[in-house]
Amino acid sequence: MKVVIMGCGRVGAQLASLLDAEGHQVTVLDRDAYSFRRLPPTFKGTALLGNGIDEAVLRKAGIEEADAFFALTEGDNRNVMAAQIAKHIFNVPRVICRIYDPLRQELYQTLGLEAISPTKIFAELLKEKLEEGRSEETR
Amino acid sequence: MYIIVVGVGRLGYYLIKALLEEGHEVLGIEKKATVCETVTDELGSVCLRGDGCEIATLNEAGTNRADMFIAITGDDEDNLVACQIAKHKFNVPFTIARMRNPKNEALFKKLGIDATVSSTNIILEYIEQEMPTHPLTHLLTIRDKGMEIVEVKIPPESTAVGKSLKELSLPPESILSLIIRKHAKPLIPDANTVLQAEDQVIAVTTPESEEALRAALRGAP
Repeated sequence: MKVVIMGCGRVGAQLASLLDAEGHQVTVLDRDAYSFRRLPPTFKGTALLGNGIDEAVLRKAGIEEADAFFALTEGDNRNVMAAQIAKHIFNVPRVICRIYDPLRQELYQTLGLEAISPTKIFAELLKEKLEEGRSEETR
Repeated sequence: MYIIVVGVGRLGYYLIKALLEEGHEVLGIEKKATVCETVTDELGSVCLRGDGCEIATLNEAGTNRADMFIAITGDDEDNLVACQIAKHKFNVPFTIARMRNPKNEALFKKLGIDATVSSTNIILEYIEQEMPTHPLTHLLTIRDKGMEIVEVKIPPESTAVGKSLKELSLPPESILSLIIRKHAKPLIPDANTVLQAEDQVIAVTTPESEEALRAALRGAP
């Protein structure tokens, strides 16, 4: 699969190295070249400097042939905009977008964007952990 | 009208001031506390401190009763998201977004933003109008009808000079509505009107047939 990942932070770099190790063709985009230090030395994909909300940059990253696009920068709005460009302008078959803000994530999910809120998921996970601990105590 | 303005920079400040003078109910939303304080001191309590892309802030601002929502921060992505939330979550009838990158216009339009403003485009349009050699000038876009009003100057070397309109192969979607001629009164052309060099032709057309219209009037070189 051809995959474009926007944002080479911890999550972006981790996902890039996982997919790369499985033999997928990965391009990672970031506005800051320093972020690419997070990629492992074994990474065989492409690291491209540029802003993913710019159509020209996305084209350069090979978005027109991409099977999947991930928007994983620190900015919710940048992710939302890039994901909508990938989906509505370039018709990428699979577009996944990180939105920290749970309310915005819900809204864009209803608008048809595949959006994940790590805030919501992690908070729920922590609550579950606490409850697990409690049920063990009462046992 | 109740108008919400997201992003109170210099542009936002003067926009709020002008809208207040026109008697509208206006609320600015701005992240920076110092800016909010200045606006409140000078214009009264018309500035809410907060993030205009947050649903909670927009709730507090009473966005559901807003008639118009204008997002003019310095970041295109923030303006897009603020307008989309206003539109889809709060059903604001008219949203306007400012763009830094004029290439975002098609995307914003596709995503339901009612109007976009780009200072880059505005300056470019002025340059187009001032350049006497520019083949075709956009005067007005009628967005919801997909039409535009353009001006084409007929150069002396054009193959259209000396021909009547019925002799030209004009695209069917284009209507020549006015001819402004040197040292003469403007005239409404008909099929028998003969074009002269230096005529300024005002036409209604569509973005798709713009190129064909230009070619027909300027004479394919």
